[in-house]
Amino acid sequence: MLRLGTFCAVIILALPTARAEVTLSGFLQQNTAFNTVTTNPDGRHYKWLEERAQIKLDATGGAWRLLAKGDFAYDHLGRQNEAELREGYVDYTAGNWDMRVGRQIITWGLGDLVFVNDVFPKDHEALFAGRPLEYLKRGVDAVKFGVYPEFASVELVLAPNFRESHIPDARRFHLFDPMPALTNRETVKPDQGEAGLRIYRDIAGFDAALYLYRGFQRTPSMRPDNMTAPTRITYFHPALSVYGASVSGRAGNGVLSVEGAYYDSRDDRSGNDFAVPNSQTRLLVGYQIQPLEDLSLGFQYYVEYMHDYGAYRAALPAGFSADHRWNQTATMRLTQFFQHQTLRLSAYASYNTSNGDYFVNPELRYSFTDKVWGALGANLFGGMRWGQFGQFAHDDNVYLQVRYEF
Amino acid sequence: MKRCWLWLIVGLLPLQALALTGEEVMKKSQAAFLYPGKDFKARVVMKLINRDGAERIREMTMLRKNGGESGGEQKYFMYFFQPADVKDMSFMIYKYPAKDDDRWMFIPAINMVKRIAAQDKRSSFVGSDFTYEDVSGRDIEDDSHAIEREEKVGSRDCYVVKSTPKSTDADFGSKVTWVDKVTFLPLKEDQYDRKGAHYKQFTADEVADVKGLPTVVKRTMKNLQTGHRSEVAYLKVGYDLGIEDSLFSERFLRQPPRKWVD
Repeated sequence: MLRLGTFCAVIILALPTARAEVTLSGFLQQNTAFNTVTTNPDGRHYKWLEERAQIKLDATGGAWRLLAKGDFAYDHLGRQNEAELREGYVDYTAGNWDMRVGRQIITWGLGDLVFVNDVFPKDHEALFAGRPLEYLKRGVDAVKFGVYPEFASVELVLAPNFRESHIPDARRFHLFDPMPALTNRETVKPDQGEAGLRIYRDIAGFDAALYLYRGFQRTPSMRPDNMTAPTRITYFHPALSVYGASVSGRAGNGVLSVEGAYYDSRDDRSGNDFAVPNSQTRLLVGYQIQPLEDLSLGFQYYVEYMHDYGAYRAALPAGFSADHRWNQTATMRLTQFFQHQTLRLSAYASYNTSNGDYFVNPELRYSFTDKVWGALGANLFGGMRWGQFGQFAHDDNVYLQVRYEF
Repeated sequence: MKRCWLWLIVGLLPLQALALTGEEVMKKSQAAFLYPGKDFKARVVMKLINRDGAERIREMTMLRKNGGESGGEQKYFMYFFQPADVKDMSFMIYKYPAKDDDRWMFIPAINMVKRIAAQDKRSSFVGSDFTYEDVSGRDIEDDSHAIEREEKVGSRDCYVVKSTPKSTDADFGSKVTWVDKVTFLPLKEDQYDRKGAHYKQFTADEVADVKGLPTVVKRTMKNLQTGHRSEVAYLKVGYDLGIEDSLFSERFLRQPPRKWVD
């Protein structure tokens, strides 16, 4: 509610600034996703059922710009009235530097639903519950500085407070839980902030970038207070540093992307603590081509390598499922436009060759007019009971999104 | 007396030296149509109209900067206003002679800059009847050009040039272009498929003088097989505005400066 108040105050304060060029826009949206396999753990038939309005204010005056984007939604599945400041920031742009202060969405890296250097918060529930793609990302409350000297462009992100990723709600999704009987649970959020640095430039026609991040794992880890007779589970975000790089450019008839990163798990460098993720190396290779008019194909190969696998296996309690040392995934995306690009068919498929996990998302989207569009799609999951997607094997859903933009 | 001498000299010149070849006409046309000024800016309003008359609007600011001579490298920057679901999207092209373009797109919904594959210059530009090539040009060397005749379009005298692709794998058969003999702007163009059927027609519907440079400010591309057509108006056209090279960068793709995209 405080955030909503801030949002309204920002709008009211901003409106009289008559010298600025002000635009107001937004949308009204209906979003429904219903289960096709079984009900939710809470017995409901829908993964998502809501009406939503978004208002966006964009004001520019000289070197300054203010952007505020706020959502108001009515959720029929129990969360009821919801208000959220999606983004709200002020930009200042100078000749060879700029600054953005406030809640902002930041995306780094090259992956298509695969994240190597994109260390910023996400909403995984939004992706799996058939919400529009923009809800995959959550804003961070941060200051971002951009500096653009001749030799490279530099982006520094400083966030005083950590913001976590949103994981699927246990009332709506069948999450794998190794200790389902234990209901006494608490979540501890890091009390420190985080920092990220990206340096990028062109090298011989390729877009090259270096990434550094010091913060915490976005998704929580769980630790029972006692392994033999646990009474309480604590969710926490282990310390994490990421050192990565990426390049992308034209290769043959398509675009080649290569991205890698070392995930330094600072709370468990030896790998002996089973509750904290092992240090990893992540590598992504992607290739995108346009074989025919209005048709594009994207392929990705993604691998995670665990560095202290021996220590991980030795520390893993009996009865817990073990991850592989090499965790490999292949993805494919097809996008085809029809009818002067007003009708779009897309299909995304991800298959984990190490454990058989899969996620498939076909979608048909049509622009009825220049202001109204609708999308019909499905989210299909399968694989191992404890896998990233396998745990959602009973959460398959078909979704509908209809939006009127103004 | 002096005048007589001049006439004598002119009379002695071989006739061929005065006449242009098809290739020269198309080179001059490319310079007048796609390369005028050091840079260029316009608000582009595109109407996509189907056979039944239903309209869709695509509206953007288009900025262009030439790297050097006509026929050389160019950079394009586009910022979309309409339709609503692509508002704030921006798009950048580095165009090279005899090489595929580099293209980048900024997707505001997830705040991501993406390089996109650009193999096919003959694919539709934002769903319209214009292809990327119709918007930013085709390499002169890719086709052989011959002046077929001279003919008027309205009141304007034109060269009628037939261009045929040199390679056999082109997806069209030939183009016939009516090029204005004074301004060298294409006033009309008929495109034929590989079977020789006339399938697309371009017309320059209005030419205006902007800073002394004749400019096609209204144009139509009509698909004769589907009855679909795209009408384009260039508003607020400007040349030689001093667009900086730095504009064509990821920085400004993410945050297009107001002074250039109004």
